[in-house]
Amino acid sequence: MLQYLKLKSVEELFSDIPASVRTDGLRLPDGLTELELRRELEAMMAVNRTVSQQPTFLGAGVYHHFIPAAVKTIVMRSEFITSYTPYQPEISQGMLQALFEYQSFMTELTGMDAVNCSMYDASTALGEAVLMSYRLSGGKKFLISRAISPEKKLVAQTYARGADIQLTEVGYDPMTGSVDLEDLESKMDPDVSGFYFESPNFFGLIEPGAAEIRNILGAKTMVVGVNPMVLALVKPPADYGADIVVGDAQVFGSSMSLGGPMIGLFGCKMEHVRKMPGRLIGLTVDSDNRRSYCMTLQTREQNIRRGKATSNICSNEALLAVASAAYLSLVGKSGLKDIAAKNIEHAYLLASRIGSLKGFKAPHFKGTHFNEFVVTSEIDPNRIHEELLSNGIHGGFPLGKDFPELKNSVLYATTEMHTKGDHDRLVNALEAVR
Amino acid sequence: MNYHQAVYDVPSVFESCDRPKKPKAFDNTVGGLIPENLVRHGLDIPDLPERDVVKHFVNLSQMNFGVDNGLYPLGSCTMKYNPKVCDEIVSWKTVSDLHPLQDPSTIQGALRLMHELEQMLCEIGGVDSVTLQPAAGAHGEYTGIQLVRAYHEANGESRKEIVLPDTSHGTNPASAAMVGYDVLELPSKEGCVDVEAVKSAVSKDTAAFMLTNPNTLGLFEKDVCEIAGIIHDAGALLYYDGANLNAIMGKTSPGKMDFDIVHFNLHKTFATPHGGGGPGAGPVGVKKRLEEFLPVPRIVLKDGKYQLDNDRPKSIGKVRAFFGNYAVLVRAYAYIRLHGGNGLVSVSENAVLNSNYLKTLLKDTFELPYGDLRKHEFVMSGRPLKAKGLKTMDFAKRLLDYGFHAPTVYFPLVVDEAIMIEPTETESKETLDLFADACKKIVAEDPEVLRTAPHNTARSRLNEAKAARDMIFSWRGYEKKMQADAEKARPC
Repeated sequence: MLQYLKLKSVEELFSDIPASVRTDGLRLPDGLTELELRRELEAMMAVNRTVSQQPTFLGAGVYHHFIPAAVKTIVMRSEFITSYTPYQPEISQGMLQALFEYQSFMTELTGMDAVNCSMYDASTALGEAVLMSYRLSGGKKFLISRAISPEKKLVAQTYARGADIQLTEVGYDPMTGSVDLEDLESKMDPDVSGFYFESPNFFGLIEPGAAEIRNILGAKTMVVGVNPMVLALVKPPADYGADIVVGDAQVFGSSMSLGGPMIGLFGCKMEHVRKMPGRLIGLTVDSDNRRSYCMTLQTREQNIRRGKATSNICSNEALLAVASAAYLSLVGKSGLKDIAAKNIEHAYLLASRIGSLKGFKAPHFKGTHFNEFVVTSEIDPNRIHEELLSNGIHGGFPLGKDFPELKNSVLYATTEMHTKGDHDRLVNALEAVR
Repeated sequence: MNYHQAVYDVPSVFESCDRPKKPKAFDNTVGGLIPENLVRHGLDIPDLPERDVVKHFVNLSQMNFGVDNGLYPLGSCTMKYNPKVCDEIVSWKTVSDLHPLQDPSTIQGALRLMHELEQMLCEIGGVDSVTLQPAAGAHGEYTGIQLVRAYHEANGESRKEIVLPDTSHGTNPASAAMVGYDVLELPSKEGCVDVEAVKSAVSKDTAAFMLTNPNTLGLFEKDVCEIAGIIHDAGALLYYDGANLNAIMGKTSPGKMDFDIVHFNLHKTFATPHGGGGPGAGPVGVKKRLEEFLPVPRIVLKDGKYQLDNDRPKSIGKVRAFFGNYAVLVRAYAYIRLHGGNGLVSVSENAVLNSNYLKTLLKDTFELPYGDLRKHEFVMSGRPLKAKGLKTMDFAKRLLDYGFHAPTVYFPLVVDEAIMIEPTETESKETLDLFADACKKIVAEDPEVLRTAPHNTARSRLNEAKAARDMIFSWRGYEKKMQADAEKARPC
């Protein structure tokens, strides 16, 4: 090729870089063979303690669920995993239909009219929802429930600050953990664009006052955070009038992978769809009138609208959307309901076992919870954490740092992955902490 | 031409008829755990045998085109071949089965990998510190512009404007707007930034200048040093869009060019498969004076142990939950270790060589504006097609029939009927020759064949306007529309 280009060396192709900014190679280790790489990384990763090596009772937005083998078979198809955004729909129908089916599953579960084909994760989906609420209702204030994950709160603050939107917290009822309706009502003013709450919230509780919240909000934007798995059993947010739904679909067929990639779920009512961020797949026909799929309403997006776009998002989490569609197709309605039921049953069982231990109260809040619940103890949660770790068990998420009012409380999660033996080990170890 | 994509009419999973004959009884309250007023009634999801589901998705996959199928010269997207070992590593339980809130003592390997990746990116980018938190390139831009804002605010300044050239990616102005900035777009001169325009545009209101170098035309911005001087003299910061980093590794670096903030597209340069649109990862690197503003937590090595430092009062906070797209970070780490320093330099050399070779093969077939030497990609104009009543899009669609993915088209906007080609370093000379032959054959074909292309793909040309009009985004939306149409058609 050099000959064809009449060049003596490849260096000539870099002659347009001014000498003053040239560098001479990279000071990085030499390359490895595949075998050497595997050996080195196996050793490096072996020091991690996986959730199967130590029963782990963490949730807080990321969950360890069973993944059927066929999910991997499907998402690892070369044609899916090595493709990019389906800019040429005629040659990308497979990815487009798979993404449309993801949108269809999420539409069915949430009851919303339009779900995009993914944001980065639940936290950034929330950040985008705060901005969209401003586009929908105006007003430079946004209300946000106190009972949400500290990670999401920090991300929402970053997004709000960028748009000069002020976030104000709405408290929770100390008995039930649900939204404090009086506090919400007192914080409503004309400059408020909307309100975000979760069901289940950070404490695992299903929100019982959603209809009242809708009433209080009037025409303001109602943004609801969900764990979509819960929606197999519990009323969807569309039923109580949500304008925007956000969440994380990692629970459907994607591993935790230290929290990334996740898959931001984002849905809204049809009347809001042109103000929505992210890519949407729509149904159409080809020139032979065959059912076909393509990206649509792209005039909302950065590649067309540049600085006036509804969001800057380009790359998303499409492959995880395929995983979600594959997972839900494989487990089906019956499987999904069974899995969700098993999660809630496991959690109630574990909560009652922990609650019966001397010095422990579980669940801390009175209400309906899914696969997470708060445990309060007389013993310092940090001591419990250390003792559990030394017993090869990873306890829940201590709440004291982010919720000083819950300084002796810990958030425990359990899923269908835990066996009775795992629960026994946890309960016995807690009992032994003194 | 011997490419024929599989053609199926794969029904939606929602219309598959293999639902079980007798659904088993299910107690919706789960033994009374869920109160009746919260219970869900009705959920229209099919129950299908695994066999049928796998067939469904495998058939769909055969109606899709990826890098593993063939050349995917989508300009600006760096669709290179990805070593399979990287995918395998992230499926290890020691990588995948970790929870982000685990005690740091139980994820020392993961923290070490991320810490080392940060250091390797510092060397490649010529920067002092890197955060791995952003989930994609655009998200990296967003993070970088948040850093710009935090930096100026810490100095007691509220600068209002981000300046960028008209060749920039659409994400640049969109990211700047999301952080509350006004955007000033400068017209380019001969495909590059017009230094005089920069001089007259920059003021004490300028917060930052965003630049992609080499730019989206594949041209190296030769006046980068002068531009950096003008920006810094005005007290503004210089932002580097790393989408085109694949062209310059080891030859120069953003830091060496005096950029203050850089984002890396790990999925482009460091070979994470693009997954039909993602996941990617968009780490951001900065010079020393911006380090204190980086997102929390920072991974620090103290007494031989990796720890998380959240005590950073000037930090912008968080842009995403947890650590970022860890599984993508692991793949990028593996890719960098496989290649090593010299290997990465070869990557850039071969990417630029392939691009210039292909450009030379094609420059007489189309128009090549703005000089000759290109970096990793080049942009031609499809204007000569107009004489036959054709558009760049017709050419792009016809390329699909030859088993090549189309280049990026109609971007950048400064080139009429733009065709943006990035072959990447992983394609052989034989493949590039075949691609060039196909391009030449296509422009000589009967215009009607192009206008009605593609012919060998799963679908013929799509009616995209109908999709925007009908707004059907789900199977439920489709059924609703069918019902409404049926009612309309019913005689009164």
